[in-house]
Amino acid sequence: MSISSFSVAVTGAGGSGAVTTGLILLETMAQQGFYGFMIRSSGPQIRGGESAVMMRFDTNEMLSTNNQFDYLLALDWFNIERFIDEIPLGANSLIIYDLSAGEVPEILSQSKAQFVGFDLKKLAKSIEGGRSNMVGLGLLVNTFSLSNKSINKAVNKILRHKGEKIVTSSIACIKTGMEEQSKNNTWSVHNMTPIFEKDPGDALKTESTRWSITGNEACGLGALKAGVRFVAAYPITPATEILEWLAPRLENLGGGLLQAEDELASINMIIGASFGGVPSLTATSGPGLSLMMEGIGLAIASEIPIVVVNVTRGGPSTGIPTKSEQSDLNISLYGCHGDAPHLVLAPLNISDAVFTTYWASCLAEQLQTVAIVLSDQFIGQSRAIINKPSFHEVNCQRTTLSKETFSNEQEDYQRYEILDNGVSPMSIPGTKGCMYTADGLEHNSKGTPSSMSVDHIAQLEKRQNKLIQFDYGAQWAEISGHGDVVLITWGSSSAMVNEAAQQLQKQAYAIKTVAIRLLMPLPIELLSEALKDAKKVIVIEQNQGRQLFHYLHAQNSLPLNAHAFARSGPLPLRPHEIVKFVQEVL
Amino acid sequence: MTIELKPKDYKSDIKPVWCPGCGHFSILSALTKALAYLKIPKHQIGFVSGIGCSSRIPAYVDSYGFHGVHGRGLAVAAGLKAVRPDLHVIVAGGDGDGFSIGGNHFIHACRRNMDMLYIVMDNQVYGMTKGQASPTTAPDWVNKLTPHGSGVRPFEPLAIALASGSSFIARGFSGDPSAMSKILVEALQHPGFSFVQVLSPCKTFRPEQVEWKKQVHNTFIEPTNDSVLAAQRIHSDDGMGLGIVFQCKIPVWSQHSSIQVDTQNSFEAKIETITSEFEL
Repeated sequence: MSISSFSVAVTGAGGSGAVTTGLILLETMAQQGFYGFMIRSSGPQIRGGESAVMMRFDTNEMLSTNNQFDYLLALDWFNIERFIDEIPLGANSLIIYDLSAGEVPEILSQSKAQFVGFDLKKLAKSIEGGRSNMVGLGLLVNTFSLSNKSINKAVNKILRHKGEKIVTSSIACIKTGMEEQSKNNTWSVHNMTPIFEKDPGDALKTESTRWSITGNEACGLGALKAGVRFVAAYPITPATEILEWLAPRLENLGGGLLQAEDELASINMIIGASFGGVPSLTATSGPGLSLMMEGIGLAIASEIPIVVVNVTRGGPSTGIPTKSEQSDLNISLYGCHGDAPHLVLAPLNISDAVFTTYWASCLAEQLQTVAIVLSDQFIGQSRAIINKPSFHEVNCQRTTLSKETFSNEQEDYQRYEILDNGVSPMSIPGTKGCMYTADGLEHNSKGTPSSMSVDHIAQLEKRQNKLIQFDYGAQWAEISGHGDVVLITWGSSSAMVNEAAQQLQKQAYAIKTVAIRLLMPLPIELLSEALKDAKKVIVIEQNQGRQLFHYLHAQNSLPLNAHAFARSGPLPLRPHEIVKFVQEVL
Repeated sequence: MTIELKPKDYKSDIKPVWCPGCGHFSILSALTKALAYLKIPKHQIGFVSGIGCSSRIPAYVDSYGFHGVHGRGLAVAAGLKAVRPDLHVIVAGGDGDGFSIGGNHFIHACRRNMDMLYIVMDNQVYGMTKGQASPTTAPDWVNKLTPHGSGVRPFEPLAIALASGSSFIARGFSGDPSAMSKILVEALQHPGFSFVQVLSPCKTFRPEQVEWKKQVHNTFIEPTNDSVLAAQRIHSDDGMGLGIVFQCKIPVWSQHSSIQVDTQNSFEAKIETITSEFEL
């Protein structure tokens, strides 16, 4: 059977090298011309303990999960039950396992999947310094007919830092695995070998560049492109990699990262830095976002631009730190006390995290407000092989006063002056003649604290209007397909919704998808336009509380008969769930 | 030609919300006197605070100011100083703001030893919420929230600053603005984190503090750079001793390679290099 796409999972105990195996496979596939991505899943352990990687490869750019896995390489059976929900298997799935790891657990032997066992440990022992995960990798790659050149290049790239000996023994192990697979006649190769609809190597012939990048790195890159030069943050899973990636690169650009004592401090530090004139950002996850709400309100009231990247994990409270969910939409929209208008944006996938973080940072600067970027663990900690991300340049400049632009007498300077576009003139400390005190207290146009209704109303309206009046352009959402059935989604669900829509379109359903990038302020008129001819509207998201669905209803943006497909994490959404739901509704 | 600024030139035209007779007025005067003495340009001052009676002070000084949220002044100041080492960063607040809700930031600001001045205007009471016990209030002081007294030993700001690594520790008294001003001049010139506790009576909720002027004493004549000796001095003092207790030279915070954001330069080439990391 000819295919364009297939999925592979690797599981194993801590130290079995499941993650390394995944990284080498992903890199080998990339060298061979494939696209793909790899999700990491781990238990709560600090070090060691079981882990799993789940990959999907395709001859085109692909960032959605598949319905089930074609291959599972089980390096052992350690705690396999913890992962098995995340690795759906079917009659066409092949489980490759280590015979020396004991009997196949019941939870797997009951599945319809096919099994093939090898003595990975014994094979590895035949090579000095050999490891069974690399033998397993050899078994796998032989099935996909990958070139030695691609394999060698990938092993070198991933393991070079461990030394020449490890590289050599790993390559030898992979070869052993490949030979073993070739001579094994219990493995009905012709049934299990993917035959592609197009040559995966096409990407190699035509590409200018493909990238290997994680969503967290993509967020960091978007921020740097927008001019962010200061980050203060407190480490938290699954956002820490943004900080680790940014720290040396910020220094290289003349900026820096400050590790704060807590999230209360980190949000206030970036407010102070931005007040000082430097575009600033913090990255966190749910528990940190909860603590930051106080500071977010301060930045909104004092009109200091800042960016908060929230890499969502399972909640509430400590929740599931290592796994994904889209359940922080409500807090991002409504977490502040008082009337606190601000921006909320969400990247649609790993590739889009570059642009969305860039755009959010630019908007914060231009509009002197807070931009919350809602990423999640699925986007943040996955690594993908993608085309160089497309990029829409926007204005990133903060409008600031300087000695040159401000020539009036000091008495005339009004920091919170009400202008037509709602964006007041901001001066930067060190500039003569336009000093002011930024304040979280309500204030008049000069910045003097005021509890008078006239000032409160005027400043509230200004802070709201500057966001509503702004022309955000076509970037507010990605709209694709045509039809009277509209699937609305946001964030990391978008990839799965698009995949589901393609499958439905093949079944002759007329489907349109609207993946919203700018959630607040919601461009209500543009959304209405997109829903104009809709007979059925379905809102799809990965949380239990139907957070987007309720938000759209509250904005009067949904027909009353709209449907919600909302389910909690941490299991990633799968396209077939969406397809089934849509078919049931229609 | 530079016009010499007088202390009153550092005051803004906003009328303080403080009660008549509040000790904070003389802190404002002592600070503006110190700023004038050191000829610090007004637009080069970043004056940060949290919430409370004393935290209103930035608006009363004619400089750049930031009146933030309760307890977080030091964090705002840290971010500001990190990116703008050229500014004179001053933080002020009360005993509740600095030692209770902002206690963690106080400890870590001392540790970080950024070059800034932190003044705590300590009146041992929450004034803005109309008279509750603060961390520095005596355990037997009775009020509506603690009708039997708090029963909790008071926070010892100087001892905690010392233990946390502050490189300049002093205590002043609002009733002696001239001596306080001299302490503030030293503190502003000290490279590193300068912590100054100022005893500042609250006439409204702690009228008995009028007696402080009889109780204070100039104990700390010369600062020591010996932290063991400083600890001895602090612990043997009754909390009313005035002067600079401790001053030492330790490395001032810098971001290893100090954050110096040059907005003039184009970073396109460097960004391109970073971007190329992702190419296969």
